[in-house]
Amino acid sequence: MQNSFAYFVDQLINGLTLGSIYGLIAIGYTMVYGIIGMINFAHGEIFMIGSFVSIITFLILGMAGVTWVPLALLIVLIVAMLLTSIYGWTLERVAYRPLRGSPRLAALITAIGMSIFLQNYVQLLQGARNKPMQPVISGGVTVMQDQGYVVSLSYMQMIIIVVTVVLMAAFTLMITRTSLGRAQRACEQDRNMAALIGVNVDRTISLTFVVGAMLASVAGLMFLLYYGVIDFFIGFLAGIKAFTAAVLGGIGSLPGAMLGGLLIGLIEAFWSGYFTVEYKDVAAFSILVLVLVFRPSGLLGKPDIEKV
Amino acid sequence: MTAQAAAAGGAPDAEIPGGGAASITVEHLTMRFGGLIAIDDVSLQAATGRITAVIGPNGAGKTTVFNCLTGFYKPSVGRLILHHPRHDYLLERLEGYRTAQDAGVARTFQNIRLFPRMTVLENLIVAQHNKLMRASGYTVLGLFGFKGYRDAEAKAVELARYWLDRIHLTDKADWDAGNLPYGDQRRLEIARAMCTEPLLLCLDEPAAGLNPRESHELNSLLTYIRDQHKIGVLLIEHDMSVVMHISDHIIVLDYGRKISDGTPEQVRNDPAVIRAYLGDDEEGGGGPS
Repeated sequence: MQNSFAYFVDQLINGLTLGSIYGLIAIGYTMVYGIIGMINFAHGEIFMIGSFVSIITFLILGMAGVTWVPLALLIVLIVAMLLTSIYGWTLERVAYRPLRGSPRLAALITAIGMSIFLQNYVQLLQGARNKPMQPVISGGVTVMQDQGYVVSLSYMQMIIIVVTVVLMAAFTLMITRTSLGRAQRACEQDRNMAALIGVNVDRTISLTFVVGAMLASVAGLMFLLYYGVIDFFIGFLAGIKAFTAAVLGGIGSLPGAMLGGLLIGLIEAFWSGYFTVEYKDVAAFSILVLVLVFRPSGLLGKPDIEKV
Repeated sequence: MTAQAAAAGGAPDAEIPGGGAASITVEHLTMRFGGLIAIDDVSLQAATGRITAVIGPNGAGKTTVFNCLTGFYKPSVGRLILHHPRHDYLLERLEGYRTAQDAGVARTFQNIRLFPRMTVLENLIVAQHNKLMRASGYTVLGLFGFKGYRDAEAKAVELARYWLDRIHLTDKADWDAGNLPYGDQRRLEIARAMCTEPLLLCLDEPAAGLNPRESHELNSLLTYIRDQHKIGVLLIEHDMSVVMHISDHIIVLDYGRKISDGTPEQVRNDPAVIRAYLGDDEEGGGGPS
């Protein structure tokens, strides 16, 4: 069965779905790294909060009687993006901005501290138990059949892949074409100079966190819909995987984050499909180690060559 | 003698050598770094529509004055008043980016600080960031392509094109700025500063490292800016061929103090300046033959 082409296609679909979610989170890591040179380890928790906001909004909508799925999804999407981005903004304002200009280590430790804080915050408010949700979107189409093995593409998987492609296109457009995107790139390349031509650097950094949190919240919502169960700890593993994806693609590089996310998703899916599910995390993190050893600048990152 | 008097007095209402209305007034600026006094009670004025050069031997405190003007340093003592048509701004109280955004002070650096991985055109458009942010409803409307934003964007590109023409880089508009030859990068920096539509342009050694032809081009660019845009240009420069050619007004600093202030003619013949540049002479005050 494992030798059939259908099985391969099945894993490919799983990998793309998973990779989409990782990619959306990875953008947040790489964007923040690009602009202020720190790893925001609390970003995984922002993703988790996105999931929780989504499930709570679903429950409220259910009680309010909004049962038409497209409308409910749209409302949840908007509420999740809005509330999660407030978390992202607050995180930067409270924990990182006061440390601007202090040594990198201080910012790193604060980020880890915020990560632990947010995990416990959600655990205390929402409890430590798994939060299951009824599947909202079910069904799918059969892609192919081979030697009795049926490959199906669920509507949920389609939505995840399409939404990710759309968001990444919109995001790329924002970075390359809008004045906010230009300001972000300017701040990334020379923050002092950006201020001297009138760019409000602090606001640009805040908006970077907001955009990153929005993308993570969409990932959180899709994670919830896809797996149907979340808990306060999902941000940790997903966050670290997305971070691995960002490093694999080249931290600071936006196309790199998207590519890295996709690759990590595929590696995990194929590893689980052809070897053992138990070791899929080992595979993903071995990639992190290998990349750090052999190509620290990542696949699409530019090596740091200092001009002398 | 007149130069000496101006140097000693520094009265804000005195007429500025070289003429013109004041663009910036610096009063009793003092900058201490611990025990080191980098600038010691310097008062000066630069006029709109004039080129004012700040010269002096290395370590005289020229760049420190610029750093105070653009908010990098908070002066220990003194006031920096920018005369804006709306109202006067006290530059020492403005927070970083507001110096450029509100007061209209732009500057360039000794070492080139373009955004190397953005195109030449983008470097000029990002300098018009605030206009565009407002027009785009802080990007939200811009993403949906609202007309007001597209118009503002078109205008920004137009202004950028205008400056590209002035600095002869139109055909390299899509190059990454970091790949330009040195002389082009220098001119692009000035064009980028001009795209912020400043009232006062501070240039820190714009002619450094330029060959004679490039330095000649720079002269005509600076005089063009002065004559056509009528803004104040404050210039730190070592290249005397640039300074004497295009300045209307020269201020000489030495060891953090102002030793001379006047028209190029006055400064050239000021014994204090000659002493600072050529060393103390036995005869004292003998001009070059």
